[in-house]
Formats: sequence, structure tokens, C-alpha cells
Amino acid sequence: MNKPVITIENLGKCYTVGQRRNGNEGLRHSIEAAMRSPLGWLKTHRQNKSRQVDFWALKDVSLEIKQGDVVGVIGRNGAGKSTLLKLLSRITVPTEGRIRIDGRIASLLEVGTGFHQELTGRENIFLNGAILGMSRAEIIRKFDEIVEFSGIEEFLDTPVKRYSSGMYVRLAFAVAAHLEPDVLIVDEVLAVGDAAFQKKCLGKMGDFAQSGRTILFVSHNMEAIRTLCQRGIWLKGGRIYRDGAADDVLEDYFNDTANELAFSFANRDHGLMIQKVILKNARGDETSQFRPGEDLIVEITYDAQKPLADPYIVVGVQGINGSCFAANMLLDGHQPQAMEGSGRLACRFKSLPLFPQSYSVKMSIRTNNGHDMILNYQDVAYFSVVGDLAEYGYKGEFVSRASRSTSVVVPYEWCLPDGTSVSVSLALPCK
Amino acid sequence: MTQLVIEAGNTELQYWRDLWRYRELFYFLAWRDLLVRYKQTVVGVGWSIIRPLLTMLVLTIVFGKLGKMPSGGRPYPLLVFCGMLPWQFFSTALSESGNSLVTNSALISKVYFPRLVITVSSVITSFVDFLISSVFIVALMIWYHQAPTTKVLFLPGFVLLVFGASFGATVWISALMVQYRDFRFIVPFVVQFGLYISPVGFESAVVPQRFRLLYSLNPMVGIIDGFRWSLLGARSIIYWPGIAIAAAEVFVLIVSGIWYFRKTEQIFADVI
Repeated sequence: MNKPVITIENLGKCYTVGQRRNGNEGLRHSIEAAMRSPLGWLKTHRQNKSRQVDFWALKDVSLEIKQGDVVGVIGRNGAGKSTLLKLLSRITVPTEGRIRIDGRIASLLEVGTGFHQELTGRENIFLNGAILGMSRAEIIRKFDEIVEFSGIEEFLDTPVKRYSSGMYVRLAFAVAAHLEPDVLIVDEVLAVGDAAFQKKCLGKMGDFAQSGRTILFVSHNMEAIRTLCQRGIWLKGGRIYRDGAADDVLEDYFNDTANELAFSFANRDHGLMIQKVILKNARGDETSQFRPGEDLIVEITYDAQKPLADPYIVVGVQGINGSCFAANMLLDGHQPQAMEGSGRLACRFKSLPLFPQSYSVKMSIRTNNGHDMILNYQDVAYFSVVGDLAEYGYKGEFVSRASRSTSVVVPYEWCLPDGTSVSVSLALPCK
Repeated sequence: MTQLVIEAGNTELQYWRDLWRYRELFYFLAWRDLLVRYKQTVVGVGWSIIRPLLTMLVLTIVFGKLGKMPSGGRPYPLLVFCGMLPWQFFSTALSESGNSLVTNSALISKVYFPRLVITVSSVITSFVDFLISSVFIVALMIWYHQAPTTKVLFLPGFVLLVFGASFGATVWISALMVQYRDFRFIVPFVVQFGLYISPVGFESAVVPQRFRLLYSLNPMVGIIDGFRWSLLGARSIIYWPGIAIAAAEVFVLIVSGIWYFRKTEQIFADVI
């Protein structure tokens, strides 16, 4: 069970940047240079090379992944995640180092790779399956299962160019989900599709992991990684920055991101500057972690160089399943008469009815009765809700999956057939 | 359990083993191209007959009627069609398969399989077209009461030769195209010229004997001659040195093509 399936030693991938600018990729240049001086061509070729800049997308990466491990790879854009996956799935070759993989490997870097617009769903299942490395017999055997999973039976003989994007993704994932490799490599494929389908995909990957197979998963969906993975690898600048238990790595990563995203904004026309947006808990401590039922205070520090009349501010909270709730001055009508000079404005959301998941705070500012947009509705801060649901009286068998369910829980009460009633809420447990 | 080692500098053995493992993909990609080619067309697969038929008519009129080229007593359309059969195969392979890696760039940058599969299966697609239009030559021979002689037994050899030529040239061009898109402009040019400098619309016998060897440096000369000789038999005289040159050239083209393809294949995903 604990045999390493993937062994990576000193892996590095170097891209040469600036090649195009030097213009030695065009055929004309190559021929011309060779014609001018057949011997000198070799020389200039080498000189050109020395002028180019080497960029190491990945450097000195060594790791070992054991059978049955479900590993989440995180990191900022350009950290080398995609390069790592490309090397593992053999799309490109390493510049140095080696990778050893024991077992059949399949990678899913994109949903619907090789789908052809003109072909029908049925035809694409075969084509896509073959491209992903399934044999014909295998596809025929799993055909019904694939169709059922995708839920597009009626459109099986329609060209996929007439599919809605949702149908397209469903079919594509269905094919990929029925690959049965020992090691599965998955890139940001779940970023597409609606929430319900994303859940289905995650469920399928969960089943896959439970059957003792190895998954390497790259995603920006922190919750997906949290639920699915035991181990997290954080890539930074092409190197492994942290490698450990998924929860720990994610928490560090999250705090790191929250710290680095210090939102600020300036609108010259209206002379408004938002210097910072910070999140505080009920005690007034600045934080990015809250417990269910705690208060969330969004505090905005601004500097209005010109007086801004009737500023309409919207502050909202968005979770993995979309918008949760918002405080909207356009609706409640409690806008300040004006914002002038530097000052502070805060919105306190009381007893967050939120499940332990990741959230972002969004904000927009309008003026002129809401007609002029000063700040577009956008992310201004991030926070996560953490906590043990058992403390809130949750004891269901699937409580561990709460992080995948809807985000908002309004206090509710079950009235059971035996006449008893039970109330459930995310109010902070009394101590 | 299969074990895979990925490191800088690929192992040749692994590659050929993979090529075998992905053998079904040859079929699937060719099948896709065939399916797609005639989707949303009214005439459908009929196009692979109509295209050569119209070209045949034009060439017969230009070279046979207006140019008054000698036909050695055989019906001119038949003469032309025998030349067009291998030429059409070669030229469509060049112009369509040469682009194959670039058109499939989405695949190349997202999933692994030996890239040679793409190029080969696209040559196979052109070959299927070739087979379909071969049916037409049978009809044409019946129409002109031309019975094949025993020389027709050599035909498979020439078919192999034209397949080799198409494959070799395509492997070169598709690999070059990844890095040098210039070939997108070069190929149509070559195809256009090739039609006139290859003996498609006329017999290579019209070329003066002393230039014959020089003329045969174009591998399509030997191949087209071979097709005419084996199909029309009787009064055709074959120029064996030409065939030998063609065979040698095809061999070199294939070997060097695969060498170049393998050499550049590793960076396909990075530069495409």
C-alpha cells in the first residue's frame, strides 16, 4: 500500500525566453544565415543562444508520491503547477532530472480534449476515449455507463457544436471519469460546469481515491482540495515551498494570499481612494478566519479628496456556490449623505450563518442614484470559516461533506412525526 | 505493472512501444477526419470522385486536345487518370497532412501520445480517398475496353511506393510546419508546380531521352510511370532507372523524415 508510485528526482524544466524576439525562428532567417556563411551560421546560432534568457519554470523538484495518496498541488499562477503536470503527463520533456511512474497513468489537463465540433456525442465518446488512451473494447464496455453519467442520452446523435456548454462539459467529463488508471492527474477541470455538476465530478474523484488509487490534483478551488486531498504541495517560483498535510498547507497558503491581497483602489474622476479593506471579528481583531456564528466586520478606510454625494455601497459575501448575502445601500437606502476627507466605514454581518468553507468579500461603490459606477463589484478581501460542526450539534453521517454543501444555513426547526421538534442553527454554542 | 521513466533525452524503445500501444488511435483519428470531411456536404463522399474527374477533363482538354500530346494510341482520359491517381494522393497528403500537427495543436498541448500517430493517420485519410477514386479507374477501363495485363500484379508495389513518398514528405513537412509556418505558403506552391513538372497530363516519354535521367529525379515521375505501365500495360515501355531512383528517394525521405520528426517532437508542445 505504501509503495511509491511516482518518484521525482531533481526535476527541472527550462524554457528559453526571448527566442522569438531575436527572430531566429523564422525559416527565412535560418536559410539566409546559412547562405551567407555556412560556417559562420553555427557561430551566430550559438551567439543568439547566449543572448536568450533561460527561464526555469520548474527547478530541483524532488518528491515521492505513494500509492493511494491524494495530493493537491497549489500555487499562484506561474508557480510551475501546469509545467509539473505537463511533465508528468509526458506532454513535454524535462530539461533535467527524472520521473519514475509505476502503473498506468492518465491525465486530464482539460475537459474535452480532442472533441470535434462536427461529430456527434456518440462519435466523440469514442474519439475522446481513444485519445485519452482507452482501447476500443474498453470504450464499448463502458459506453452505457458514460452516457448515463453524462445525462445527455437524448442528444447522443447531435453534433456537439449544438450542445450547450454545460452539456459539452458533462459529456467530456463523463468520458474522462471512466478512465481507470492507477494514477490520475487532474488540472483545473472543475472550474467549468455548474455547481451541481462540479459536485458530481468531485464525488467521482472521491470514489476514485477511495478505491486506493493515486490522484494528483491541481485546483484553485481550495475547498475541493480540502475535501479531496490528504496531502498538499505548495509550489512557489518553480520549487516546492511546502509539502505536508493538506489542511496545514492550505491554511498557510490561504493566509499568505490574504496578506498579499491588500486591496486598494483609486478613482480619479470622483477623487475617491479606498486605502484598505480589513476584516475583523467581534473582538475587533483583524483576521481572515471566522467561526460559524461569529460576527464579520468589513471595515473600509477611505480618503475622499472631493466630497462624494450619496455614495451607494454594496458589500457582499460570496462562497464556492455563488453569492451568499449582501448589504446593499441601493436597496436599504441607508447611504451616507456624503463621504468627505479621510474616514472609515464598516459593515457588520451578524452571526455568520456559514458553513466551514472559503469565502470572498465583494464590494461596489456607486453614486448619482446608483447610475455612476465608481468601483465595480469585485473581490476586496478573503476569509475562511473554520470550525467543528459537532460543536454546533451537527452529528449526521455525512457531516464531513458539509464543506461541499450549500454555504448558508438559516436557523431551522424539524417537526418530527412523533411530535418532537429539533432546532438547528449555526449560532455560536454557549460556553 | 507497467513502469515508466521520464527523463531528459528520451529512450527510443519506449517510443516505438507506445506507438504500438496507441495503434487504435491511428484508426480513430483517420475515422474522425473522414467523418468530418463530408459532414454538411450535399454530395458527400462523391467529392472524392468529382474532384479527380473534373481535373481529368481539364487536363485531357489542355494537353490532349489543345496541346496534341501523344498518347501512344491509348484513350487520353485514361492516360491522364492513371497519372492523376498517384498524384492526387501525394498532393492531398502534402497539403492536408502537412498541416496536421498544427491543426491538432489542441491535442498536442493537452495530452500525450506519439505524435507520429497524427501524421500517419492523416496520410491514411488521403489514402482512403485514393482507394475511392481508384474505383473510377476500373469503370474507365471497362468503358474504353482496356483489359489489364499481368503487369497489374506490379501495381501494389507502386501503390506502396506512392504511400511511402506521401508519408515521407508529410512527416518532414508536418514537423517543419510546427516551427516554421512558412511551409503553409510553400506547400501549395509545390503542389501547383508539381502538377506540371510531373507527367500527370502527359506521358514522360515526351521528355527527350537525354534528359530522362535528370527528369526522373522527381520521384513522382517514376511512380506515375509505374502506375501507367502496370495499369495500361501493352504498349507502355517502362524506364527502370527512373523507378529505382524513385524508390531510393522514397527510402531516404522516410528515414530522414522520421529522424527529423523524432528529433523535434520533444519540443512540439513548447513551440506549437
